Amino acid sequence: MATAPLTLVDSSGVRPLSQTLKIYFKEAKYEFLTRLRLRAYSISTISFPLMFYVLFGLVLNPKEAPVGGVGIATYLIPSYGTFGVIGASLFGTASGLAAERGLGWLQVKRASPMPPFAYFAAKVALGMTFSCIVVVLLLLLGVTFGGVHLSFLDAAKLVAILVAGSLPFCAMGLAIGYFVGPNSAVATINLIYLPLSFGSGLWIPIMFLPKLMQQIAHFLPPYHLAQLALSVVGAGQHESNWIHWEALIGFSLICLGVARLGFQRDEGKTYG
Amino acid sequence: MIAALEEAGELGAKKSEYGGAVIASLRRASKNFGDVQALRNVDFAVRAGELVALLGPNGAGKTTAVKLFLGLARPTTGAVSVFGGNPIHAEVRTRIGAMLQVAKVPETLRVKEHIDLFSSYYPRPLPLAEILTLAGLQDLKDREFGELSGGQRQRVLFALALCGDPDILFLDEPTVGLDVEARRGLWEEIRKLIARGKTVLLTTHYLEEADALADRVVVINRGEIIAEGTPAEIKASTTGRRIRCVTSLDIETVRGLPGVIEVRTDREGLEIRASAAEPILRELLMRDAELSSIEVTSAGLEEAFLALTGANNGTI
Repeated sequence: MATAPLTLVDSSGVRPLSQTLKIYFKEAKYEFLTRLRLRAYSISTISFPLMFYVLFGLVLNPKEAPVGGVGIATYLIPSYGTFGVIGASLFGTASGLAAERGLGWLQVKRASPMPPFAYFAAKVALGMTFSCIVVVLLLLLGVTFGGVHLSFLDAAKLVAILVAGSLPFCAMGLAIGYFVGPNSAVATINLIYLPLSFGSGLWIPIMFLPKLMQQIAHFLPPYHLAQLALSVVGAGQHESNWIHWEALIGFSLICLGVARLGFQRDEGKTYG
Repeated sequence: MIAALEEAGELGAKKSEYGGAVIASLRRASKNFGDVQALRNVDFAVRAGELVALLGPNGAGKTTAVKLFLGLARPTTGAVSVFGGNPIHAEVRTRIGAMLQVAKVPETLRVKEHIDLFSSYYPRPLPLAEILTLAGLQDLKDREFGELSGGQRQRVLFALALCGDPDILFLDEPTVGLDVEARRGLWEEIRKLIARGKTVLLTTHYLEEADALADRVVVINRGEIIAEGTPAEIKASTTGRRIRCVTSLDIETVRGLPGVIEVRTDREGLEIRASAAEPILRELLMRDAELSSIEVTSAGLEEAFLALTGANNGTI
């Protein structure tokens, strides 16, 4: 009795694949429009990393002081890019899920024949889309005003890594969204997001942090994404990229597991 | 008011003669939430083409019943069936429309966007223009949900319930919190559904609503069905009277008189609900020579309902 009935929906042959894909597309499109118009989300997730970049990468740019072997304007693109991606991913998934779960909207959708996975996929697509916007804008700012030189291929690689790197944090957002209330979601996310970003060297480059914090950073997922992104511009800590990918994949799986627990707990309340 | 109720009741009695096949049912269904028994052994069927009102006070188990029908909850014991299947399956859900109580709907989507998204879930949705007309939203389709009034918001939720052209609709307290005008407006839209041959189960704690819309009323209290019939039958099943008078008698004494259902102070006097007025009046006049300002009114459905649920609550 406790098995989730959700998996049945699309294996039931209710609709042809083309219609299922249409639902996924519309779900994602309207999730995006909802959030784009929600200034609290769209403005803050995009403008905070850009603002930091303009301030520390462009305005206060000490031209003669390279960081990790590259100019600060170059170094801060992957760094604030990672920061922006995590913000877009966490806020894109957790706050929406917590509110819609807690205030009854998810139930309305669940009563319809919507394929439940479309709902989660839309949230992840949203996190990835905004991640992409943030990174591209950072690159444009750096190239236009910061004298950053990056080949098109490297720039594309940076965007690809960071957008892919949004996934673990979308998974984290879903996990958080299942365990926080609708009113405490934003505060909880900030409480996790900001210290995590600082500790991973996203604000102050990792080599300027105390030794102990550098050690701790290895246990923080954002550190690994930042290192992958920094390696594209040649400013990483020169560790094997496999370590970073493995850390991120492991972290994603843990988060998905936690999200699934939350999902089952919710189901248990209704289906128990 | 009373005349209007009776008229609607007769209309309901006529309509119920057309009752079709059972398309949704609860069979000996119970639902427990922890120690709380939300539904106890409920047998309940909805027939094709009828509008049933599930009537009861807050916490009676109405929403739980709707959730069972929608597959959002499973009965602890007993069975639920909609179109002969289990409502957790998408192929059953494509034939169901649902309007639930929801505290917050994404506010930055426009009305037509909400409808477009929900329409995509169904194999044969109604055209947008038709949905807008049915829900009375023609002029509001480009407005964001957050800009709408309470009544308009309920209309959007109503539109989402009917956009898949479902055969049966479950409306959970569709007009709760609305002002009289908005409520009557939504009633009109619900009547249009019945005219289109849809089947509707509506929950409400407004008797007036059940009376104005339903072919059949099922009264539920504390998780159990306590009465069932046309609005007229429900009313006839309790020949309640309401007596108002000014008396020097103690309220407890009055409460102790045989046949008294409920007594409360009403300004300087007492308001007594009773199954019949005459024996109580006789008793009151005998005990209190000063009794004055006597008013006897026939109980409407409201009184009938209170009598039914009150008796069941053991508050006599």
